[in-house]
Amino acid sequence: MYKIQLFFRLLVEIYVVQALGRVTIGTVRDLGKTGWFLLYSFYMIVRRPGSPVQILKQMRFIGTKSLFVIVLTAAFTGMVLGLQGYYTLAKFGSEGMLGTAVALSLIRELGPVLAALMVTGRAGSAITAEIGIMRISEQIDALETMALDPFKYLVTPKFIAAMISLPLLCAIFDVVGIYGGWLVGVKLLGVNPGAYFYEMEKSVVWRDVYSGVVKSFSFGVIIAWIGCYKGYYAGHGAEGVSKATTESVVLTSVLILVWDYFLTSVLL
Amino acid sequence: MISLRNVHKSFGSQKVLDNLSLEIPEGKITAIIGPSGEGKSVLLKHLIGLLQPDSGQVDVDGESIIGLRRSHLNRIREKFGMLFQNVALFDSMTCFENVAFPLQEKTDLPKDEIRRRVLSALEDVGLKNIENKFPDELSGGMKKRVGLARAVVLNPKIILFDEPTTGLDPIIKRAIHQLIKDTHEKFGFTAVIVSHEIPDIFDVAQNVAMLYQGKILQHGSPSEIKNSSHPAVRQFISGSLDGPIHMI
Repeated sequence: MYKIQLFFRLLVEIYVVQALGRVTIGTVRDLGKTGWFLLYSFYMIVRRPGSPVQILKQMRFIGTKSLFVIVLTAAFTGMVLGLQGYYTLAKFGSEGMLGTAVALSLIRELGPVLAALMVTGRAGSAITAEIGIMRISEQIDALETMALDPFKYLVTPKFIAAMISLPLLCAIFDVVGIYGGWLVGVKLLGVNPGAYFYEMEKSVVWRDVYSGVVKSFSFGVIIAWIGCYKGYYAGHGAEGVSKATTESVVLTSVLILVWDYFLTSVLL
Repeated sequence: MISLRNVHKSFGSQKVLDNLSLEIPEGKITAIIGPSGEGKSVLLKHLIGLLQPDSGQVDVDGESIIGLRRSHLNRIREKFGMLFQNVALFDSMTCFENVAFPLQEKTDLPKDEIRRRVLSALEDVGLKNIENKFPDELSGGMKKRVGLARAVVLNPKIILFDEPTTGLDPIIKRAIHQLIKDTHEKFGFTAVIVSHEIPDIFDVAQNVAMLYQGKILQHGSPSEIKNSSHPAVRQFISGSLDGPIHMI
């Protein structure tokens, strides 16, 4: 009886070790593939960046078409910051600092992160779906059979467009947000308009703007990287593309927030 | 000439190509026949390096295409044109742009010359006034013909056809077979056609190879295959339910 128990215990242990090994090897392999994808994308950006027309088309899709959603979210984010900031600062009698609080929160943190999350939802998902459909309908294979590198047509224009568009969208987000805060703080709650902008001008330094630009640039890389990668290796059929799209949005959003923490700790 | 030697390919536990060897002669039309799901498309994708074998050799004009760098493989791929089973036209481009794409990317021809060649290629496959339509707006047969025009527009040395006539009506089917024969006579390329079209394919091909259970069961002229004594080949050609091949 004891021997049988021992035998089954051993079997379970072997199974657990095997499963653990399988998961570890799979994860390391996936990480390697993802990392290679990013490196190869940068290599192709240098070697064959794609046609300017393609890059402009992608900038229109990732950048221009995201403008409405960026302006809308920026306005309301600025307005909420105006309300919350006023409520907090009024406790210390420092309502005059509202402009500084709104501007620094937006420029250093909320502008890059929220703009990136909005673009992820709008354009990142579409990038994955587009490339995924091209994968399952053999359009990527067709490019390969023509001796053409699919990265040049599908990946690098999106990378370049995202790296240019995100800092621009972030800048627009910041400006609209600051005026959103001004609308609530100055027009509705009666903060001195001179103090709102003067304090802001005094306390926002180049380093704050620089950190926002660096963040939004790197978020652009993350959006293009994960969006293209998930689409490029999408599974079979409509289900494969839908799974890839979901995974792309979730992974991009998580990576943006994790990377934001590390960048903040370096750039602070 | 393309040659496959002792090629093995598995997907997970499923063995698809099992020690397969085949010689595809230059300048001739070779048809690969066999039951559905036996790996004919997988075999075709090995010829152009879209899939790499687990072991074995694939040579194109005496040069191995296994484990090559992308740039080297692309140089070999320039000899090929391919018509996919699902055609794989670029759905965000019009028919004209689809056929023009290889010319724009692989040649330095002026715009006017590209336009002339594209319209001529579309006309050769019997299509007129569809150049501004998107693939979604075309019927299955028309898409196949646009795919065919795209595959031949660069005058490649080798053309691979993956089920070029599946799902088409008998007239278009015959027209496409005739088109392949005519363009072959005109340009003299090496063609490999994966097909189920028995007996029509015997009129088109000069060589026929039957793939079954990951191996080439028999390879020879159409008449040799038609008169084969191999029970699986005979069953497949006659479409009989009785024999060694059990599909259901």
